[in-house]
Amino acid sequence: MVVGAGPAGLTAAARLAAAGAGRVEVLEREPDAGGVPRHCAHGGFGTLTQPMTGPGYARRLAAAAERAGAVIRTGVTVLDWGVAPGAAVAGVPRADPAGAGQAMPAFVAGGGMGQGAVCAGPVLHAVGPGGPETVEARAVVLATGARERPRTARLVPGTRPAGVYTTGELQQAVHLFGQYVGTRAVVVGAEPVSCAAAETVRAAGAGVVALVTEQPRAQVPFQQAQSARLWHRTPLLTDTTVAELLGHGRLSGVRVRHRDGRTAVLSCDTVVFTGDFIPDHELARRGALALDPGTRGPAVDGSLHTSRPGVFAAGNVLHAVEPAGAAAREGARAARAVLGFLAGAAWPGPGIPLTVEAPLRWIAPNRIAPADRPERYVLRTAAPLGRPVLHVRQDGRLLHRERPAPGTALLHRALTLTARWHDRVDPGGGEVRVSVR
Amino acid sequence: MTVTANGPLPEAAYDVAVVGAGVVGCAVARELARRPGLRIALLEAQDDVGQGTSKANTAILHTGFDAVPGTLEARLVREGHARLAAYAAETGIPVERVGALLVAWDEEQRAALPRLAEKAERNGYHETRLLGPGELYAREPRLGPGALGALHVPGESIICPWTTPLAYATQAVRAGVDLHLNTRVTQAGRQDGHRLLTSRGPLRARRLVNAAGLHADTVDRLLGHEDFTVTPRRGQLLVYDKLARPLVRHILLPVPTALGKGVLVAPTVHGNVLLGPTAEDLDDKRATGSTADGLAGLRDQGRRVLPALLEEEVTAVYAGLRAATGQEDYRIAAHPEQGYVTVGGIRSTGLTASLAIADHVTDLLAGTGLDLGPARDLEPLTMPNLGEAFPRPYQRPELIAADPEYGTLVCHCERVSRGEIRDALAGPIPPHTLEGLRRRTRARAGRCQGFYCGAAVRHLLEAAHGEGTPA
Repeated sequence: MVVGAGPAGLTAAARLAAAGAGRVEVLEREPDAGGVPRHCAHGGFGTLTQPMTGPGYARRLAAAAERAGAVIRTGVTVLDWGVAPGAAVAGVPRADPAGAGQAMPAFVAGGGMGQGAVCAGPVLHAVGPGGPETVEARAVVLATGARERPRTARLVPGTRPAGVYTTGELQQAVHLFGQYVGTRAVVVGAEPVSCAAAETVRAAGAGVVALVTEQPRAQVPFQQAQSARLWHRTPLLTDTTVAELLGHGRLSGVRVRHRDGRTAVLSCDTVVFTGDFIPDHELARRGALALDPGTRGPAVDGSLHTSRPGVFAAGNVLHAVEPAGAAAREGARAARAVLGFLAGAAWPGPGIPLTVEAPLRWIAPNRIAPADRPERYVLRTAAPLGRPVLHVRQDGRLLHRERPAPGTALLHRALTLTARWHDRVDPGGGEVRVSVR
Repeated sequence: MTVTANGPLPEAAYDVAVVGAGVVGCAVARELARRPGLRIALLEAQDDVGQGTSKANTAILHTGFDAVPGTLEARLVREGHARLAAYAAETGIPVERVGALLVAWDEEQRAALPRLAEKAERNGYHETRLLGPGELYAREPRLGPGALGALHVPGESIICPWTTPLAYATQAVRAGVDLHLNTRVTQAGRQDGHRLLTSRGPLRARRLVNAAGLHADTVDRLLGHEDFTVTPRRGQLLVYDKLARPLVRHILLPVPTALGKGVLVAPTVHGNVLLGPTAEDLDDKRATGSTADGLAGLRDQGRRVLPALLEEEVTAVYAGLRAATGQEDYRIAAHPEQGYVTVGGIRSTGLTASLAIADHVTDLLAGTGLDLGPARDLEPLTMPNLGEAFPRPYQRPELIAADPEYGTLVCHCERVSRGEIRDALAGPIPPHTLEGLRRRTRARAGRCQGFYCGAAVRHLLEAAHGEGTPA
């Protein structure tokens, strides 16, 4: 069973169904499958040979999953974990909040591995137009994605006027519903997603007043920053924070403050808070899955096993946020691990923790199971680094040293690390730490 | 049922006009609605009921244990607590009797606890109990280190501040009260009763009740009274994510000082955790903004009380203004010669006291010579449940079986179904804005603040209003 029909979930489902894993079902709470790409009406998806827009990519992934035999059920929300009806499962983390699931017949997904087999897999409670369901599966892939932190979570002071967006809401408002979003927008952030937000503002017929970032430079390739500045004559305000939102009823402006203390008011009726993604980890937390303190997503090993047997996780719930293609590749990787598990492979132990030292913020995957080497690791830094060298150590012993590709050690950019040093890890040793010099 | 939001007001004179549709004004209108002989108008300057102080407070149903003994406030809070608790049970307004702990963090504070227990006795509240650190930490295991003890007040409860005024107003409107929104009173004169000039034209009424909250002094002055001045006291609050709810079991209060009641950490009936409020005296009645200093100060104080809370995500930030008048009591006064009652200085306890205030005001109106006529029971009302301690529509299979729209979730973080949004939009007092819809359903009130559902919720609101692109 796959929770979430975004790139990771759909790819996992397609691979599982194609490999004959039995009944494969994807539960999606939105009315349509596809995840965030549904409302990314810009290019940059697909492959170099087959480039496509977000919506096109979303449709293609959903079609591929269905063609492979997976069942996608939209409008169904997974609420919580539960107990299989009639099953005596110990250690249930919480009571059934609805008190309703038990009354429903069990819906068994992921079967087909021999009728009558005792199914003691994870159980989920869901609800949809058809009422509550208790869904039992032999394996669950959590692919619940990520969201941007809204203005409130960023503690931006001021009044609470209308006209305050995240990129996700803005894109849906414009591309899915054709809604009016104002005339003059300030975009907070200078990352690739901020540029996408600016494009959406322009597509809605509004103007972009400025891009504002507290960083000393844009977190996008030089060319993209230049195009924002030159092609659209959009000011890029660096070293600048949004200090206050102004206006009653509708936003009337934002007060910005430069690092040197100067403040100014940018007149606008819309502000878009972009980037600063966080995994949508509610279900992982409700299931008491071990989380990684850095990513705030489930802690996983290289094959995407979580701390709970039978439960895998893939995509941006693990690391907010990577491009759709990276999420899809993880979905495929999770599918391989699920197939192994269904074929009888033992659930790996917790493995060795993989942690980072500041200014690195997180690394994913973040548990090392010697048999489960990932293709690569992805990291984030909290401060831009010039010519960094990554060091991998276990108990003080240097396992690996690597100089990342130039220009990747920026905030909100994927910094990657090879996993070639895996066989040098002592399975009986302490945690492995990644530092930067 | 009459709810208007634009156009001229009725010409015929009302028996009573209540100015201000906050929790107090709505309660007064509801109480008067029990008298079928009276023609009542409820006037509100904004576009919805409960839009001022009523929507942005700490959402606590007070026992009144810490009121100033002998004051009108102490009596009305005590009476109001019992009445609102009963009313909530009847109408389905979410209430949780979680109890409060006044936590002492130093010797001086611990020494003050017995005096607070005695004060509670004088206020007619007899259930307080002193706890040592062992029992305190057993009750609140996630409390920060260093607490020396606490006073337990088991009757303190949490309540939904949005459903309450809406319930009052709905019942009032159903019973024949005319609710006029977007109606700001700008002038008042007398000629054969009150002649008000409003932003929507003139209105006549034989009696006038001033429940204008922050603006009660302004309305009072229109009537020629200079009894008090409302100084807005801003309270900023942080609302933490639902995933933080297991961290706290009681309303955690500091031991009060001369400076006020201080910053609390409390669960909300919506399943979140509240941290606040600040207390800042201002001179701007529109200053409902939060400030960087305010939020930083709250976080510092919250860190001591419940360190794990600071690791959780913030869902919402808001600021409300209390109507401080420089006197530690309500300013409820009748002016029989004018046929006028002022209900001023109703502070954070106003939600709790609202039904008792309404009763009191009705008596005062009778004292102005108004013939109330016979009383009747109002038709019972059931409000949509926004409380996490009670089954929400998505948790009710029988409801979904009857109408699948209750199983179709639109707002995922708060688990709000399309059925609930549809019902709110078709309700007796429909919301005109996303904010109004949020207070009725909690749609868009969750951790993503609209990242996932914002556009879809707005689509439903605009479809109901037949709007494409608002100007």
